[in-house]
Amino acid sequence: MFKVISAAKYWDGEVDLLVMGKNTENVAQNAAKIKDVSSVIRFDGDHLEHLLAEDAAKIVEMLSNNYQVILAAHSWFSRNFLPRVAAILNVSLITDVLKIENNNVYTRAIYAGNVHAKIQSKDPIQLLTIHTSLFEVCTKDGGDAKIIKKDTPPATNLTSWKSEKINKSDRPALIDAKIVISGGRSLGSEENFDKVLSPLVDKVGAALGATRSAVDAGYAPNEIQVGQTGVVVAPELYMAVGVSGANQHVYGMKDSRVVVAINNDPDATIFQFADYGLVADLFDAIPEINKLIKE
Amino acid sequence: MKILVAIKRVQDYNVKVRPKSDGSDVDIDGIKMGINPFDENALEEALRLREKDLATEITVVSIGDSKNEDVLRHGLAMGANRAILIESEEYLQPLGVAKVLKGLVEKEKPDLILLGKLALDSDAGQTGQMLAGLLNYPQGTFVSKIEIDNNKLIVTREIDGGTNILEMNMPAVLTADLRLNEPRFVKLPNLMMARKKIIEKFKVSELASDTSTQLELLEVSVPPSRKAGIKVNSVKELLEKLKDNEGIRL
Ligand SMILES: Cc1cc2nc3c(=O)[nH]c(=O)nc-3n(C[C@H](O)[C@H](O)[C@H](O)COP(=O)(O)OP(=O)(O)OC[C@H]3O[C@@H](n4cnc5c(N)ncnc54)[C@H](O)[C@@H]3O)c2cc1C
Repeated sequence: MFKVISAAKYWDGEVDLLVMGKNTENVAQNAAKIKDVSSVIRFDGDHLEHLLAEDAAKIVEMLSNNYQVILAAHSWFSRNFLPRVAAILNVSLITDVLKIENNNVYTRAIYAGNVHAKIQSKDPIQLLTIHTSLFEVCTKDGGDAKIIKKDTPPATNLTSWKSEKINKSDRPALIDAKIVISGGRSLGSEENFDKVLSPLVDKVGAALGATRSAVDAGYAPNEIQVGQTGVVVAPELYMAVGVSGANQHVYGMKDSRVVVAINNDPDATIFQFADYGLVADLFDAIPEINKLIKE
Repeated sequence: MKILVAIKRVQDYNVKVRPKSDGSDVDIDGIKMGINPFDENALEEALRLREKDLATEITVVSIGDSKNEDVLRHGLAMGANRAILIESEEYLQPLGVAKVLKGLVEKEKPDLILLGKLALDSDAGQTGQMLAGLLNYPQGTFVSKIEIDNNKLIVTREIDGGTNILEMNMPAVLTADLRLNEPRFVKLPNLMMARKKIIEKFKVSELASDTSTQLELLEVSVPPSRKAGIKVNSVKELLEKLKDNEGIRL
């Protein structure tokens, strides 16, 4: 959110924040302290506790008249409902914007990141999701925004929420972590993810990532998949352990500051993207790293 | 129950697409093309619902020029009952596609519309949600499991950090994740048979009056890519280099 606010500041207009949910008072109060936010618009309701696309779209549609630009972080949350808003407003949505330029021109990646496209939008409302890892965090305090509570429209009742499963972990979230260590299918089992990678991950305070092949094989949970169809990360240090370096994986980590690859195949594609490559068996190298940093 | 599955013809996922020399667009001449993987999952799921006697008729639809007949025939070979080509020489943006599909939905009245959650070329991930918005239908995006109970859809879908489960009435729009299933292989005799089937055709103008958008593609380029760095010979050297060159102390 802090990065979306700095993206919004590209236009020199007032920036309002929209908060939707149940008991949003605290969230709104905290949001009001963010520098450069003019107003925090708050919608509260029991049916907004687990926000559904149909209800979120209705609210944004209601507000849309007042805004020339509507943006959100590129996440499963925004990707779920903003296209719905776009269609209702008869405008286009530009997803995963890497760069904002003059005159409503945006750069975004297409073809699995192999090509960048510059697109101009002449829509009266610019609707965007932002590739947050490429934007700065805005100043988090010093602001004093108005909080405006609006009447929540009734539930659309098109879908109903049944349950959710959030995989909690004590580790930092993938997108915020300074260090990300990702394992590939070569780990061979869920147990090896635990026994080989986890001790290192926890010792250096990293987040754990995985390739799609590792997730598909059941070695790692869904939500830690890094790549085009998973999470996009840009940490200070990304370590790819037994990862081949497929297009779709590289898409999710290529903006990391420093990349380390450990692979026993000297010709593995991942080495083309790594600042430091170590040709080694991961089952030797990882315990060795662990041992050396202990000393 | 009638199911409509929208499928797109895109580049093979292994292909590295490059811009044309003048940077006006991408160069996809001669590139291996096929059905968008997520759309294939959508179709596979429709077939499985029919195999469980939960669906009666499955129609695949694609928008584009006559080359799109190959993905439609692939869909027929996988087991779709009918195939529709909506002829368009122009490359439509998601909003345009959603408007055309809305026109088709109003004609065909499917109970369930299945699409892939995104296409490998544009990576937009919008068409399903847009279609649901235009129709005011319930939507279930990024779906990894579909069940039907008492005529209600129960879907498991991806959210940030996990999954949730939603329930909805039909008609509805769902978009498929790769995790939904493992698409079947197409057998050669089925492909031969699919060649003989009729592909129904519509013109874009028969289904939607205006498919234009306010977007203009100005330029495509190759992004700056990471350069390969150095190989280190040992774990010790790796840790030293990280510390000395990058200021990273593990
Ligand atoms: C539509 C689509 C979307 C996709 N999206 C994603 C995505 O978001 N994220 C993603 O990651 N993938 C994605 N993929 C899959 C991607 O194409 C690759 O298949 C996948 O990334 C490969 O995973 P991997 O590197 O673990 O496995 P492999 O390609 O099997 O590579 C294993 C690597 O481990 C090395 N190795 C083996 N044993 C050892 C050892 N003992 N020590 C050291 N190294 C060892 C091997 O040399 C090899 O390089 C997608 C694919 C498609 C079609």
